[in-house]
Amino acid sequence: MEDVILSVKNLSVFFGEEAILKNLSFEVKRGETAAIIGPNGAGKTVLFKSLIGSVPRHGEVSWAPGTKIGYVPQKLDLDRHLSLTLGDFLLLKVKLMKLDKSEVRRVLEQVHLLSAKLKIRLTYLSGGDFQRSLIAFALIGKPNVLLFDEPTSGIDLPGEEQIYQTVHKLQDQYRLTVIIISHDLNLVYRYADTVLCLNRKLFCVGNPEETLKPDVLDRLYGSAMMHHLHVHERA
Amino acid sequence: MNVLDSNLISILAMASVAAASGLIGAFALMRKMTLAADAMSHVALPGLGVAILLKLNPIIGGAVALAIGAVLVWLLERKTMIATETIIGVLFSASLAVGTLLTPENELIDTLFGDLAKLTFTQAIIGIVAAVVIIGLVLFLKSRLTIALISPDLAKTSGLDYNRLNLWFLLLFVGTVLLGLNFLGILLMGSLIIVPAAASKNFARSFNSDLIIAASVSIFSVLAGLAISERFSIALGPTIISVAAAVFFISILFRRSG
Repeated sequence: MEDVILSVKNLSVFFGEEAILKNLSFEVKRGETAAIIGPNGAGKTVLFKSLIGSVPRHGEVSWAPGTKIGYVPQKLDLDRHLSLTLGDFLLLKVKLMKLDKSEVRRVLEQVHLLSAKLKIRLTYLSGGDFQRSLIAFALIGKPNVLLFDEPTSGIDLPGEEQIYQTVHKLQDQYRLTVIIISHDLNLVYRYADTVLCLNRKLFCVGNPEETLKPDVLDRLYGSAMMHHLHVHERA
Repeated sequence: MNVLDSNLISILAMASVAAASGLIGAFALMRKMTLAADAMSHVALPGLGVAILLKLNPIIGGAVALAIGAVLVWLLERKTMIATETIIGVLFSASLAVGTLLTPENELIDTLFGDLAKLTFTQAIIGIVAAVVIIGLVLFLKSRLTIALISPDLAKTSGLDYNRLNLWFLLLFVGTVLLGLNFLGILLMGSLIIVPAAASKNFARSFNSDLIIAASVSIFSVLAGLAISERFSIALGPTIISVAAAVFFISILFRRSG
């Protein structure tokens, strides 16, 4: 039997009367990279929030026993002049988990951030460094699942590729399961084992080459299809 | 009455309440509740008004009203997912209006702007103890509160109970408001929480220094306000907040922008 780390059955999420997610069922295997794709407003971030239990949900979400989740949110709604430095931010979770302070250095190295950045305020970091900081925060305490909500903007493409490579390397080292919300189909083709197409409900589940056919993308994204076909050809 | 000579204990009470205010303010700003925090103190007014009408200790009425307000905000946030600012804005402007109608006219000015002369010895001692308890709890919960306030989702995935921490925070917040009601009054107590913390963010280089500076600016504002109001025989509460506001404007010169 294959080692399933996440099993979702008939998951629905409602905001008031409106169904944001309708009857989703899927599984994620230990150590794989599952990419969630879909247009804006498809409910991708809500899916993550329901997986970590921060929005009310119907249906079944079960994580394998011993699962430790590291969550990388798309953004944080922070006050622009928040006094928290990167060092303060990472220490919060290190202290909370009663870990040694050397954990800060360990996660910094993993995401390739210089320790000189520790003294910089979180809100003053560049987009790329900020995202690395969020990944570093998620990696504190060695999680075995990384939920990675990729930002839609603020990061240039080469930077995004680097972050993918970083995460991919971590995955090989620690048998990390990565579930990623991605906006870059090109990277999904290269790094994902499984892709889930989401637009309120699941349109497809499977490996990217077989699953992401033009007609599926057409149904998923509608008029934006041409762009994605183009990406498909390149990949 | 010469407060500076005769009433060391009430000065001490004010200073410790100020320290608690500055500290809780630093956390309130993290939650982006600048305006809400200021308005939150208004919810005490109907409670004070009813207590005065019933000839009870007004502070008890204020405490009950504030506790109800905190729990109400907490519940509404969970249910509706509307930003707290909006909820507090509507709810607490309404309570200011209703409270003003309920409170007897001769008590109204003191209730709104505070009156130190009313502070009894027992009240001052209770104030000091309560402020120390609040400061202790905030420091004890520091890391957990901070994660919860910057992101409920990060709190969840760090193994924290966000809802419980949020309730703790709101209760500590209204507890601090309550402590300051006697000498600052309903309209100004929220300001002593927010203004020093806002100034501190411009001076601070790290989170810990932010907490220390916020508390210090708050204490300084209260003590300087006290001295100035004594010297020139002007109202205490507005003087304290004016001092805090002056410190804030000076702090802008120290603001670093990335």
